[in-house]
Amino acid sequence: MMKQKHRKKEPLFRISKNGFVPLYKAWAIRIGALLLALVVCAFIIYSITKLNPLKVYGTMFQGAFGTNKRMWVTIRDTMMLLCIGLGLAPAFKMRFWNIGAEGQVLVGGIASAACMIYLRGKMSATAVLPIMFVCSMLAGAIWGFIPGYFKAKYGTNETLFTLMMNYIAIQLTSYFVALWENPYGSNTVGIINSRDKFGWFPPIFGQMYGLNVIIVLVLVVLIYVYLNYTKQGFEISVVGDSENTARYCGIDVKRVIIRTMIISGAICGIAGFLAVAGAGHTISVSTAGGRGFTTIIVAWMAKFNSFVMVLFSSLLVFLEKGAMEIASRYQLSDYVSNMIIGIILFFILGSEFFINFKVRLRQRFTKDKSQ
Amino acid sequence: MKKLFTVLFVLVFTLTVVAFNAEAAAEDFKLGVILVHDENSGYDMAHIDGVKGAQEKLGLTDDQIIFKYNIPETEACYDNAVDLAEQGCDLIISDSYGHQSYMMQAAAEYPDVIFLAATGDTAWKEPMENVANFFPHTYESRYVSGIVAGMKLKELLDSGKITDPYVGYVGAYPYAEVVSGYTAFFLGIRSIVPDAHMDVQYTNSWYDPKAEGEAANALISRGCVIIGQHADSTGAPSAIQAAKDSGKIVYSVGYNISMLAVAPTAALTSAQNRWAALYTPIIEKAMKGEAIPKDFSVGYANDAVQIAPLGPEVAEGTQEAVDAAIAGIIDGSLNVFDTDNFTVKGEKITSFLALDTDGDWTGDTGEAIEDGIFYESKLISAPYFSLRIDGITELTNE
Repeated sequence: MMKQKHRKKEPLFRISKNGFVPLYKAWAIRIGALLLALVVCAFIIYSITKLNPLKVYGTMFQGAFGTNKRMWVTIRDTMMLLCIGLGLAPAFKMRFWNIGAEGQVLVGGIASAACMIYLRGKMSATAVLPIMFVCSMLAGAIWGFIPGYFKAKYGTNETLFTLMMNYIAIQLTSYFVALWENPYGSNTVGIINSRDKFGWFPPIFGQMYGLNVIIVLVLVVLIYVYLNYTKQGFEISVVGDSENTARYCGIDVKRVIIRTMIISGAICGIAGFLAVAGAGHTISVSTAGGRGFTTIIVAWMAKFNSFVMVLFSSLLVFLEKGAMEIASRYQLSDYVSNMIIGIILFFILGSEFFINFKVRLRQRFTKDKSQ
Repeated sequence: MKKLFTVLFVLVFTLTVVAFNAEAAAEDFKLGVILVHDENSGYDMAHIDGVKGAQEKLGLTDDQIIFKYNIPETEACYDNAVDLAEQGCDLIISDSYGHQSYMMQAAAEYPDVIFLAATGDTAWKEPMENVANFFPHTYESRYVSGIVAGMKLKELLDSGKITDPYVGYVGAYPYAEVVSGYTAFFLGIRSIVPDAHMDVQYTNSWYDPKAEGEAANALISRGCVIIGQHADSTGAPSAIQAAKDSGKIVYSVGYNISMLAVAPTAALTSAQNRWAALYTPIIEKAMKGEAIPKDFSVGYANDAVQIAPLGPEVAEGTQEAVDAAIAGIIDGSLNVFDTDNFTVKGEKITSFLALDTDGDWTGDTGEAIEDGIFYESKLISAPYFSLRIDGITELTNE
């Protein structure tokens, strides 16, 4: 009896860190999670709407790929999300929590819109695009540099700092919207240069969004190479793992932080350029549209691998387009579709836990038998 | 006999085919509607009601109408307009002013689809054939709602409960549609209480319940006793009811929907649009493949505007005054913007150019004043009365 009293109560679940998980197994878990999410959503869809869930999923697919135009809009938005994700990857890999992509995209967008408005008639339509590209990149880089500098120099909290920078960027955008509003008093800029399309991406192979795809895919390769095969990329991962180790190796941590944030901001600035010149041809506080936050999921789930990011950004955009179509087709409020997105993301994010950790149920009788 | 039979047969056959074709055309017809908010916003609800009213009259099925809710006045509007066109819509309607430029962009890419931008003001100068604007004579119902407010104001003054005929107005944005509306409201009040004066507080949003409530409270604390609104939520009437419940003398005149649900004692009435009166003829024309006028605007005479049921605390004789005003508007004896009834900086207005052709947003053509009367929504459907008349002060946030 005494012995039993001393026996420690075993928890119901035992969680231990998984060692090496083979790639196929990790992906099997992820896909399993996705399927499970779809099943759970099916129950919810049916209980709320009494619609056939399979039909609803079919509608989602149509929403994203139903027509040629829709497919290109899906591709365009995927590229946009991917571009911001590529911007976040270096910062996050360095364990620098850049929550400020939203603002970095916006200032990039403002720079592009300013070029479209003020340079019109002063140069040719092809010459202005590289200028817009550089201006947006610089604007984003400055927006990234500021929190990077303060973190390196004064050790400020980058999460709060970058977050605050978003609000400044949003206010700045409101200011420019009021400055450029068209018509006066409407509080919207409207489509910029809708007649001569000055500063718009030219169609490539007849595709309006062809250039978006080319620019972002080039960035995908560049970032992949930069993070995996360059000295600077190596420095980023060392700083991310341990600043002390980095210092011990003789890496100038401050320099790496500032440099990486400039790069991160610059790529987000390019995303702003894509949003204004290559997609919306306007500027508003919703030009970034919360993508700066959504992409954090993309960057993390892909573990900063830019090729895997293509996959996750496609998935997120697909879900978004599909959910919108459900809301429109079945006259549901878009809250229902957001619920579906939420559930699917919850399962996919949750699956990472099961990849990284082993969960075992308490085994009741093992000890008793040994006694 | 045989010949007659053949002729008859051919006749019947042809008519059947024609009838069948007409029916087929109506069955193929598809309508897309882009709404800036959803049914929670009074303005959008009025549009949804309008579309549904037209649907019932014209016998369209639910499958023939695609609604897109909560579409902001950004590139999202273009994306959705294109998407509706791709889904085979023959007519696409947007309900908010800021949608206009995105609708025009989509119209350029889909010349076979008709794009209708409500409250818009640029279709008349577009070379494209497939764009149009429409808007009801909201200024008429605003004027009539002003009469309801004026009657109440007079009652309060006569009974000695107040001494200052001070009116407030919660406006969305400082541009013609809003200016035209509050001026009509004010002129309605002043037709009953000639020394009334009014302050306008802007919220810089079409739909922001909190900001509208705050604006109403600010106006109440300045001493306003009746507060009108050109903003799409119930924020202001709710705040006014709360202030009234706490003992203040203050009443609300709403917009779009009856405010009695949120302000059971404070609401006097609301100015309302009956969009179905506009949608039905426009959609019918589109279904028949007839040309749609570039600008379409009708008012009380066509049952396109009205005021909401009167609240419990309206002054005695209000209904009679309202009926008289409506009759006057319909028979043309009452003109809301009669230049005898208002001044700008102390002077009577004799000329006003309403239309802008060079893109600087100030009128350079289109004389709006004829025989001493400013005709609103006649040259184009969108309101263009943007004069700031004496007796009204626009408050700025700064």
